Amino acid sequence: MTLSEMMNIGLMQGFAGLSLFAVLLLMGLGLAIIFGQMGVINMAHGEFMTIGAYTIYLSSVAVGKLAPNFMPYYFPFAILLGFAIAFAAGWFVEWALIRHLYKRPLDTLLATWGVSLAIQQAFRTFIGPKEVSPTLPDWLLGSWAPSPGLDIPINGLFVLGLTAVVTGAVLLALSKSRWGLRVRATVSNRVMANATGIDTKKTDRLTFAIGCGIAGIAGAAFTTIGSTGPTSGSLYIVDAFLVVTFGGAASLLGTVVSAFGIAQTQSISEFFMAGSMAKMLTLSLIVVILMMRPQGLFASKVRR
Amino acid sequence: MAIKRDPSNLDASRRRLIQGAAALPVIGASGMAFGQPTASVNTTKLAITDTEVTVGQLHSSTGTMAISETGSIQAEQLAIDEINAMGGILGRKIKVIKEDGASDWPTFAEKSKKLLINDRCAAVFGCWTSASRKAVLPVFEKENGLLYYPTFYEGLEQSKNVFYTGQEATQQILYSLDWAQKEKKAKTFFLIGSDYIWPRTSMKIARKHIENFQKGKVVGEEYYPLGSTNFGSLMNKIKVQKPDCIFTAVVGGSNVAFYKALKAAGITGDKQLLVTLSVTEDEMTGVGGENFQGFYSSMKYFQTLDNENNKKFVAAFKAKYGKDAVIGDVTQAGYLGPWLWKAAVERAKSFDVDKVVAASPGIELKNAPEGYVKLDENHHLWSKSRIAIGMPDATFKVVSESPQLIKPDPFPKGYQ
Repeated sequence: MTLSEMMNIGLMQGFAGLSLFAVLLLMGLGLAIIFGQMGVINMAHGEFMTIGAYTIYLSSVAVGKLAPNFMPYYFPFAILLGFAIAFAAGWFVEWALIRHLYKRPLDTLLATWGVSLAIQQAFRTFIGPKEVSPTLPDWLLGSWAPSPGLDIPINGLFVLGLTAVVTGAVLLALSKSRWGLRVRATVSNRVMANATGIDTKKTDRLTFAIGCGIAGIAGAAFTTIGSTGPTSGSLYIVDAFLVVTFGGAASLLGTVVSAFGIAQTQSISEFFMAGSMAKMLTLSLIVVILMMRPQGLFASKVRR
Repeated sequence: MAIKRDPSNLDASRRRLIQGAAALPVIGASGMAFGQPTASVNTTKLAITDTEVTVGQLHSSTGTMAISETGSIQAEQLAIDEINAMGGILGRKIKVIKEDGASDWPTFAEKSKKLLINDRCAAVFGCWTSASRKAVLPVFEKENGLLYYPTFYEGLEQSKNVFYTGQEATQQILYSLDWAQKEKKAKTFFLIGSDYIWPRTSMKIARKHIENFQKGKVVGEEYYPLGSTNFGSLMNKIKVQKPDCIFTAVVGGSNVAFYKALKAAGITGDKQLLVTLSVTEDEMTGVGGENFQGFYSSMKYFQTLDNENNKKFVAAFKAKYGKDAVIGDVTQAGYLGPWLWKAAVERAKSFDVDKVVAASPGIELKNAPEGYVKLDENHHLWSKSRIAIGMPDATFKVVSESPQLIKPDPFPKGYQ
């Protein structure tokens, strides 16, 4: 193996780690808002992602039938649609269920788990039990080869870009917007925030819906990587909770760092050992670190 | 329940009636259609009446395996409908009791008890994963039931009470490895599988064959957790090793992610030889023709097989389940189950499990969609192996076919 080949493998391996980082971050982001900021253990997070994924699939079917010429361009619009539908679903679930359970965190766990089962069965009944993948526009397929022997996956680049945009937007919104201000106020002291005239109920609903909407975006983006089935959500949920818990529940920055750490550990160890072993090593490391730092990497500085 | 409504005196009178009928040459023919007396074809209190025989169907119609098992459920039902349209078996129509294993192995065991003990089913068509088969096996052996199992699987099993209508590991693996070596001059192999019993056993056999018989080299062997969608590092490992042939058994949702990752890493069918044991037409709908184009799949059946039996089968299947329905290897194997059972029952002239089992070896099916198959003494099928290349429109084109039927060998010597 020549030096340039080794360079190429190194570069591609670096990118593999980065793209796994993007995937984990996108998975964890919506949950970090819901679980981290609101303290709601949302077991249906994976299903909100699946809603986004199915939106892409159904859009691709609809576009393929009604307007085949639009095929190369539908994807970004379908992602927005995925956000909108997951947002609406989140809004509805919060209104119908979650708002009655804020003071009973363990009950929200059970209730949202019920929601996740119900959504799964709805997918199975109305869309079908088979796993599906949307027809992706050609520009999302294949690899970008800047030099011979160096192939950078285009879907990886796309997910990476999307994650950067979404994460940036969320961080910006939390620190600069009125909504962010209200969320932060509500998180640090609900009663006081209420007293100053912040409608905490409305803030809760909006926050939950935004978290679900981001889950929808994540699901939509993952259709470029894997397939979508009624139970796909249950594959994502463990990783999502892992990232958020490891990062420190109340810190968005923690989520970013934790996603990066987990992704790099896994990707690098995968290169040198078998896939299942690498996963085991990563999980053991996380367990050890969580034993030493139960609050996660970035402990919340908020006094409770 | 049907057993209690079958008191022997009633049977005796019926027998006299039939004997009387048979004595009359004029209505002798209709006596044949009427069938033999129930008491003589059923000595073990199975759920059989003069007009009906009850069988069970035990698959997952819910849960994660529903994706795969739906095809088997449909194909078995189609075969049963066709047999009923022909007049049934020994003059009796087949009645099906459907149970849902719900992708949960203990549920499979429980439902198999129900089908055998409560419903007294004469035969059961069912199971898909090896795990579900292993869960019901003790029940079938204890209650002396009869199971027709449709999936290609890892071998290393043979039970008096089970007939395996899919390929066992050596039929599928050895032929494809030899093909890769002879036709494609492959010397180095990279083995990849999902992390559970079937891929691991299959790859163990593959490794022995490559190293001991082909004198080739295995340059990598990797297993990824079921459902894993992260194959970025694996792609780079493949690029480091540059194998002549990638040999895979990745299943379920991982399958789609795996082929998408290959495509995204620039490892495509025009540059790299890849042979898989786990992509049928069912998986293709998810993987997508554009991602599998130019790769090879090793199966005994493909929907595009060009023979009269298959044309009829495909047409009947699509007429019943819609024109978009696809038929994979296991679906076809599921279709064989009821026909094999029918042939064995008719040869045994009895529904008794022991007699059906005794009559089964040597049964031939000339109307099988895959061509012609024969049941071996070891309860597996003699069948041809085929290699097909994936086309952009998500169909397969057969490029190689074993000249002879391959003998099933569930306990291969030198591969343990």
